Amino acid sequence: MDAQSMDRALTRIAHEILEANKGATGIALAGIMTRGVDLADRLAERIERIEGTAVPVGSLDISFYRDDVAIRLSPEVHTTDIPFEVEEHTIVLVDDVLYTGRTIRAAMDALMDYGRPGSIQLAVLVDRGHRELPIRADFVGKNVPTARRERVKVLLAEHDDRDAVVILEDDGEGE
Amino acid sequence: MLSNRHIMTMDDLTSNEVTLILDTAESLAEVNQRRIKKVPTLRGRTIVNLFFEPSTRTRTSFEIAAKRLSADGINFTASASATAKGETLRDTARTLAAMSCDLVVVRHKYAGAPQMLAEVMDCSVINGGDGIHQHPTQALLDLYTMRQSLGRLEGLRVGIVGDVCHSRVAGSLVPALRMMGATPVIIGPPTLMPARPDVLGAEVCYDLDEVLPTLDVAYLLRVQFERATRMPFPSNREYAMLYGMNADRLAAMPSHAIVMHPGPMNRGVEISADVADSPRSVILGQVESGVAVRMAAMYLLLGGAESGAAA
Repeated sequence: MDAQSMDRALTRIAHEILEANKGATGIALAGIMTRGVDLADRLAERIERIEGTAVPVGSLDISFYRDDVAIRLSPEVHTTDIPFEVEEHTIVLVDDVLYTGRTIRAAMDALMDYGRPGSIQLAVLVDRGHRELPIRADFVGKNVPTARRERVKVLLAEHDDRDAVVILEDDGEGE
Repeated sequence: MLSNRHIMTMDDLTSNEVTLILDTAESLAEVNQRRIKKVPTLRGRTIVNLFFEPSTRTRTSFEIAAKRLSADGINFTASASATAKGETLRDTARTLAAMSCDLVVVRHKYAGAPQMLAEVMDCSVINGGDGIHQHPTQALLDLYTMRQSLGRLEGLRVGIVGDVCHSRVAGSLVPALRMMGATPVIIGPPTLMPARPDVLGAEVCYDLDEVLPTLDVAYLLRVQFERATRMPFPSNREYAMLYGMNADRLAAMPSHAIVMHPGPMNRGVEISADVADSPRSVILGQVESGVAVRMAAMYLLLGGAESGAAA
């Protein structure tokens, strides 16, 4: 996936979010640290451009909600920032890659600790399959069939100087 | 994530690890501000507070930290334990080890007791204060509080005032400050200084008023009357006049400077009531920081224990 197709995918997701929710009213985006936050910002920008309504954006760090803390720790822990009332919104979780589903489960647990959202939807740039939990995305930029030994890396200009999605051979670090 | 599986002294940590603990504590402090003050991080882990010395704030702080990480916390106090019936410390440790606990926090009146327990047990051990030796999580929470209040650690001049010779807080804080690029200055009457104050690695001063204008932090130690074998000064009043922090002395410090105390305070001896309750006192902030820092220490000690697959 190159920068142009990523741009198109995000614009399409923004339209789909607006269509599914009949506009931007009552929507909030919650990006999952770290790249999900940048994607949430980009989606919010597009939604505002299309609809003329600004949607609030928050960031979720799920390090303390992972079910594999005994196996490995997050190398870097950030702070969660939810600058809106969870109860009053339909929250669209945003992440770069959907894989086993465990990150999304952890993100939903984290979100629930802030309140009871009206509903939670999920937007991901890439769905690479291999689910271990019954979780599916409502909005997908691109389905990328992969082998488990492969690693999907989303590069964003905010961190990596360019926009792209690349598939790498697993270096043992995992997602 | 930490190179050592125990936290016995500040020597067990590198400056990078101290920074990691403080950064992790910053994220965990946010949990303590929420309506639901709990994350599932250490669900299913067992943490034992093994306290052979009276303690309210440290034990409670560790207990709250464990609960906020969803660990099962158990308090084991000496008066109610088998040690009161003559069981040795080593046998107590073995008994606890047989119960498969994951982390033990030990406070003991003898220096080295947590180290001895760590050698007998398979689990991680945190020194919750051993005699007049060290109290590393206190030093970590003090560093955290200083960083929150003053924005940095490097370059700070921290005056540690009072009963240095009986203070495990000073024992941990002096090396911790040096490790992070700050300058510790120990200040007190000669009778409350260690026999060789120079070996601590801090600047040594006997005149509080002389050094106050140069300090970013005045860290007042509790005079530990219970540990002193003789009265180390003629009267509390004289001590307060020479080494007690009061409003005049606070005014002599730079305007950004803060006042700290590990608690419990002897009001009117090492600190006056108006200073203890002034906006420049961060003493309650230290207590608040303690929970987040202990959560971070537990998270970093108990997480990542096994090697394995990604989620």
